[in-house]
Amino acid sequence: MTEKHIRVLVAKPGLDGHDRGAKVIARALRDAGMEVIYSGLRQTPEQIVSAAIQEDVDVVAMSLLSGAHNHLFPKVAQLLKENNAGDILIVGGGVIPDADIPFLKENGISEIFTPGTPTAKAIEFIKNNVKQ
Amino acid sequence: MELIKKARGGDQRSIARIISYAENETPEAAEVLQKLYAFTGMAHIVGITGPPGSGKSTLTDKLVKEYRKQGKTVAVLAVDPTSPYSGGAILGDRVRMSDLTLDPGVYIRSMGTRGRLGGLSKGTASAVKILDACGFNYIFIETVGVGQSEVDIVKNADTTIVVTVPGLGDDIQAIKAGILEIGDIFIVNKADRDGTDRLLMELKMMLDLNPDKAAWIPPILQTVATQNKGITELADTIIQHGDFLRQSGQLIRQRRERLETEIFDLIINRITQQIIRKQNEDGTFEQELQRVMDKEIDPYTLVDKMLKKIFK
Repeated sequence: MTEKHIRVLVAKPGLDGHDRGAKVIARALRDAGMEVIYSGLRQTPEQIVSAAIQEDVDVVAMSLLSGAHNHLFPKVAQLLKENNAGDILIVGGGVIPDADIPFLKENGISEIFTPGTPTAKAIEFIKNNVKQ
Repeated sequence: MELIKKARGGDQRSIARIISYAENETPEAAEVLQKLYAFTGMAHIVGITGPPGSGKSTLTDKLVKEYRKQGKTVAVLAVDPTSPYSGGAILGDRVRMSDLTLDPGVYIRSMGTRGRLGGLSKGTASAVKILDACGFNYIFIETVGVGQSEVDIVKNADTTIVVTVPGLGDDIQAIKAGILEIGDIFIVNKADRDGTDRLLMELKMMLDLNPDKAAWIPPILQTVATQNKGITELADTIIQHGDFLRQSGQLIRQRRERLETEIFDLIINRITQQIIRKQNEDGTFEQELQRVMDKEIDPYTLVDKMLKKIFK
């Protein structure tokens, strides 16, 4: 059997044009041996979920700097569950206040990586928590 | 098998799962591919290749929309290069096809080349069969534009489209011999740019010199994909090529040749895997390798030894 490649969808939900962070993560994940599908900007939760399903990803990594994370992140988690894809690991990053993290974790997001987090940490988390 | 039924019924998660099995060569893969094979053969498989930045993804996006208007279902396999160092890949073609993500008649899958050099990944051929068996009318394979001979695309597509753009420095350089021989349709994309006329002329001259393919003379079309120009004509030309292939018997000939190549590729793959597995079991390879380094034995003798172990 061929060695498994972790597939990650790096997604930018909502009306947020800041993609530098997403691209930094994408490159770091690639350098760690993962296959990274980049969704592009201004994706709706429905678009993200559809892409995640078609690409059969192991991880959905969302980047959001517009403040709408409390609405959009759980929405994506919910839609994934409704579409039989609840086993996909969901992580997020961007401009997310620490105070919001517990709420997000209760609503389907496994971990949030705020600005300044070493990419190695995110990579390790993904490798350790991806469903085998 | 439940998964197959769902996939053939249009459930995208099931289709996606099966493609993953095939790509990862899991134990389930063989059985699924065997069962699906009988349903293949109906799709028109279109390969799109060309240098990086020539607009393949944008062109594909527009073509898919055109065929959707005609009520056809379309699958797209977008292949991007895997880093030979890290084994990872950024699969970015999907970005250009965002609008299509929610269309239930469209399925887009990104694949990394995973070590293959001919422009496509090993899993692409399987993915094509799976999508064919699931009933898509068109399957587009969009491949890494390595710039020279995209050998793999010919092994997998009925119609091969070569995309070029003006202004890539020395235009002839961008159109090396290998590509010219495999194109059924040539596109000059971004045809609103300077250098278009020159490129058209160069393409025409090079195609005139090519004596083969007399029955189908590859047309050279101009498009400006971002402005949706030339797309309808291109879509029609693809259909015409499909008609030509069927009427001339060329389709059957091509598919037979491709099948033969595929069978031998599968054999080589299987044998290689068996050898690697045997070596891992024995655990003697490192020692043997050192013996070759020390010139105790030569590499050819070692290869004979290794092969004898599985071909007793």
